[in-house]
Amino acid sequence: MGSNAVQCKMSRSTIAKLAAVSLCLLACWTAAAQMEITGSWAGRNHEFLTGDGLPVDFTGIPLNEEGRIRALSYSESQLSMIERQCQGWPPFYFVQGPFGLKIWSETDPLKGNVISYTIGAWEDRPPIAVWMDGRPHPSKYAEHTRAGFTTGAWEGNTLVTYTTHIKAGFLRKTGAPSSDQATMTARFYRHGDILTVLAIIEDPIYLAQPFLVSRSFQVSATPLSPIGPPCVSTYEGNTGETAPHYLPEKNPFVDEMTAKYGVPRDAAIGKPETLYPEYRRKISPVAPVR
Amino acid sequence: MRALLAATLVTLSSVAALPRAAGQGRGGPAGAGAAAKASAAMDMTGYWVAYVTEDWRFRMVTPRKGDYQAVPMTEQARKTADAWDPAADEASGNQCRAYGAAAIMRVPARFHITWQDDNTLRVDSDSGMQTRLFHFNSPPAPPGERTWQGYSTAQWQRPASLKVATTNMRSGYLRKNGVPYSENAAVTEYFDIAPLPSGGQVLMVTAIVDDPQYLQQPFIVSSQFLKEADGSKWDPTPCSAK
Repeated sequence: MGSNAVQCKMSRSTIAKLAAVSLCLLACWTAAAQMEITGSWAGRNHEFLTGDGLPVDFTGIPLNEEGRIRALSYSESQLSMIERQCQGWPPFYFVQGPFGLKIWSETDPLKGNVISYTIGAWEDRPPIAVWMDGRPHPSKYAEHTRAGFTTGAWEGNTLVTYTTHIKAGFLRKTGAPSSDQATMTARFYRHGDILTVLAIIEDPIYLAQPFLVSRSFQVSATPLSPIGPPCVSTYEGNTGETAPHYLPEKNPFVDEMTAKYGVPRDAAIGKPETLYPEYRRKISPVAPVR
Repeated sequence: MRALLAATLVTLSSVAALPRAAGQGRGGPAGAGAAAKASAAMDMTGYWVAYVTEDWRFRMVTPRKGDYQAVPMTEQARKTADAWDPAADEASGNQCRAYGAAAIMRVPARFHITWQDDNTLRVDSDSGMQTRLFHFNSPPAPPGERTWQGYSTAQWQRPASLKVATTNMRSGYLRKNGVPYSENAAVTEYFDIAPLPSGGQVLMVTAIVDDPQYLQQPFIVSSQFLKEADGSKWDPTPCSAK
């Protein structure tokens, strides 16, 4: 009886240890099924993502009518207004700007799981915290910020993030607008030393269709240091009595893309039908030599 | 206690089976041997349309000569591109130079993806009327005539990605205004499919072009395609050099 009791106790103890070890192994495997995305990623700027070479370049952005009117009313002199100086750096900018990425994680010291990833700030773009601990997004009435509020989860070995609570700003620095209802779903694909991020931006106020942007980064052998601080507004001579803008049909730059690159006006002002191959049948294929 | 023991054994047996699965999870290749169609990591078949939200002015219209922004060209590449002559390309039967494997996925086009056989995935484009064949369970390119689309080997990357490596191409253009790649260029592509939050699917293709002759560093671009219900908008159009 006493011997059985000891055996039973040992068995329970052994099984408990085995269970603990196996659960630990399972947890390790779960992490292994994911990809390491932390570290320094150098930007590979082989696509002209910023698209801010000319004032009216909304090519590739599927603006709706309201978005187009708003975009064409934009004057770059608005950047002299304190409250608008930072609108060019929403979270989307991390896949549009020329910079690399510095990503790090915060982990639970006891369980080892990732609580959050941080995509470091760069120049005027604020850092983006990606919460991985299952917390919900805040109330729709909560504060909207330049970085927004982002949660993330792994789908297989793809990190999928979802950003809401973004302060109204730009889809592109040429003034294509984004509203405070815009959201961004981003998917991080790692293939070897290449990290490609696909950002799907939706905005019920200014977009007719999702705006897709993707960008690749490459592992950097040298560390990238996130720098800031994020955009800080300063007085630049505008007392706030006027908001520089163009009235409808009065934007003087609306045909610059046509004159310089042979891009039709409909494409320059972001009409959704211009994003599909069949639109090429409507246009002259060769840009003028200037 | 029996329940605990059973759960432990199940867990341990799962863990014991992990090395192979974990290797796949980290982007490792699928095991060779099984027919690629039967062991497909994802379903790429169907009609996909290029959704040109990036590089519009380099893709939808032919850029002017000398407009090479963002391509890491060598000096030799720049000289070659500066000599671009689309009329001469047409006259010499080289009007498909901008439709080769290193550039075709940047062409505004529709793509029809089908299984040619159990180990060959076929990708047809309507613009340029090109055909790419992705050979699974295949050795590297056999010696043979160089073609616009070259020879592509393919490998599923678990859990849901496709890697394609292409060599043996004829020299062509990365952009339609004569930005060159040489016949020694190699293209590595990764295909990933994602759902759109508002419905539908997007195919993303990340392409890496290596060409020491004409590129200072690998040229990396990623392109998006939306799934279409059918081929009703399929519009075969021959290559054009202009």
